[in-house]
Amino acid sequence: MPSELVENYFRTEKLPQIWCPGCGHGTITRSIVSAIDKSGLDKNKVCIVSGIGCSSRAPGYLDFNTLHTTHGRALAFATGIKMAKPDINVIVIMGDGDSTAIGGNHLIHACRRNIGITAIVYNNSIYGMTGGQYSPTTPKYDKGTTAPYGNIDKAFDICNLAASAGATYVGRATAYHANLLTSLVQNALNNDGFSLIEAISICPTYYGRKNKRGTAVNMMEWQKNNAVNISAAAKLSPEALEGKLLIGELKNSPEPEYTNEYQKIIDRLKKERQ
Amino acid sequence: MKSRVRLMQGNEACVEGAIAAGMRFYAGYPITPSTEIAELSAEKLPLVGGRFMQMEDEIGGMAAIIGASLAGAKSMTATSGPGFSLKQENIGYATIAEVPCVIVNVQRGGPSTGMPTSPAQGEIMQARWGTHGDHPVIALTPSSVRETFDLTIKAFNMAEKYRTPVILLMDEVIGHMREKVQLPDPSELEIVERKRPDCSSEEYLPYKADYDLVPPMADFGTGYRYHVTGLVHDETGFPSNNAEVADKLIRRLSNKIEMHRDEIESWEEENTEDAEIIILSYGCVARASKSAMNILRSKGIKVGTFRPISIWPFPERRLRELSLRVKTIVVPEMNLGQLVLEVERICGCNTIIEKLNKVSCEIIYPEEIVRKIEEVL
Ligand SMILES: Cc1ncc(C[n+]2csc(CCOP(=O)(O)OP(=O)(O)O)c2C)c(N)n1
Ligand code: SF4
Repeated sequence: MPSELVENYFRTEKLPQIWCPGCGHGTITRSIVSAIDKSGLDKNKVCIVSGIGCSSRAPGYLDFNTLHTTHGRALAFATGIKMAKPDINVIVIMGDGDSTAIGGNHLIHACRRNIGITAIVYNNSIYGMTGGQYSPTTPKYDKGTTAPYGNIDKAFDICNLAASAGATYVGRATAYHANLLTSLVQNALNNDGFSLIEAISICPTYYGRKNKRGTAVNMMEWQKNNAVNISAAAKLSPEALEGKLLIGELKNSPEPEYTNEYQKIIDRLKKERQ
Repeated sequence: MKSRVRLMQGNEACVEGAIAAGMRFYAGYPITPSTEIAELSAEKLPLVGGRFMQMEDEIGGMAAIIGASLAGAKSMTATSGPGFSLKQENIGYATIAEVPCVIVNVQRGGPSTGMPTSPAQGEIMQARWGTHGDHPVIALTPSSVRETFDLTIKAFNMAEKYRTPVILLMDEVIGHMREKVQLPDPSELEIVERKRPDCSSEEYLPYKADYDLVPPMADFGTGYRYHVTGLVHDETGFPSNNAEVADKLIRRLSNKIEMHRDEIESWEEENTEDAEIIILSYGCVARASKSAMNILRSKGIKVGTFRPISIWPFPERRLRELSLRVKTIVVPEMNLGQLVLEVERICGCNTIIEKLNKVSCEIIYPEEIVRKIEEVL
């Protein structure tokens, strides 16, 4: 029997999904749906937009207004939706390559504008859909099919990037920390402006295999053992934090939202002409 | 009532036409010689409750107008050469996902940065085949300021009617030229709105076409929760790997425009009844052709003009008819010969076709056309 969450929010006739067994994208999607449920949003007023990649297939399974766009451009499509109908809750799902390589420009500008969109990056440190090439978040010296001798690019810290570009709510969780992820997405949905949630996923098929990370279970265990919540991190020494993954709420500083700012212009012009 | 007679630029007429047609969202990135379209949209849209956005690049501009259109707002973007190249991938998206929108390209000298402030007509073929894959295209070319106003409205109307992106292919001369125009009263304009579903959300099949091959389109946020993708999809809107579904979709998209060719095709002809020579041109060159025709007529040479207004689809049937009775068709273009390829395809067996090409990013003068015709006589 599918759970109530699945029953209420998934297009059950489209299941099972295309994801590999053990892929982290499924649990992340479930956490997002759970956050939507807890926020009590009207399904008709939720629009989920994605780019291209394994992660970006998520909206097809979800019973909302859903838009599967082009690689890297999801935030730009989403920006148009939000501008045309600011009352729609716009959620954007992207992969790490989708959001920080080909779509990096749209990402920083959506952050900068503080437009009311909740962006969720499924970060599996690899290009999953195209078969395991390295991405802007592949750790230095790790392998991908296009980095057979080890990747010499330095990886992006997506949360730092988003926070410094102007996102007003930023958080990180992992596929293992599903409840934390749900609460972060809930807070993000509550933020009027632009929110970015980095959901650390796992790709056992490509990243795991190429880098000898064992099974999906081993990879989940790694997340469990190596993630440190920001609240606990303050009490730890820099040595103890070496190689750890900071999770939790990383930024929460609301500012005026973009479409509201635009509405003020429309209202002011109207008044001036009366 | 305020007089509607004004001196205005082609780019300005484009914005006036867009707003009259119901444009309520514009997104783009500045580029010469189209920038005035962005600037005037920024000024005018909030006055009518619409919204303008300067995006981070042209790709974003194209994406944003598709998003806004899906949410129900009539949307437009404008650009020139380099930006038109950047928009191509998402123009294809709008085609397969059947999202109405208008893309203005004010042509300048290319390739690459080329001659940014000078006119050219180098994107005739890019307008047709710029995005990958088989796809239909509607592209309209104005040759005066007033016509820019009219064709912008027509572009929106066709985008809405056929659920497809429509390209308004201007050139720098038309974009920047100022003419005295009398704009029609808004009440005289025919404005088309997209077909929206009248069935319940449970019954709605977002890509099930009606008899006219166009499926009704629901705005996001109105209770019809459906899926839109750039992947091949069936009537439900969900992706499919089925060969038959792919074949059916790609053919329907193409036939959707083909079937309405009679309504879409438009052209202007002058003195073709007795013409032995026809000058076929479009955009700013058509103005020179007219003068050339008058000069040659005064010398007793029977010249007529043919100006395709819808470049794509090309007014094929009419040109074929004419080609059966003229000796020569002269095709002056500000490129190395692009639309002439279509002319040759349509009537190369019926008549002699002469090219006149200029790629110095200068306009073609009437005398040049006259000289060419006297040469080939
Ligand atoms: C313009 C363009 N370039 C390249 C591709 C091929 N492509 C599809 S998905 C993808 C990468 C996906 O990786 P990521 O965004 O990290 O998502 P994942 O599949 O890992 O979830 C690439 C390169 C494409 N579809 N479009
Ligand atoms: S390739 Fe990797 S990211 Fe894609 S579905 Fe499989 S495990 Fe998931």
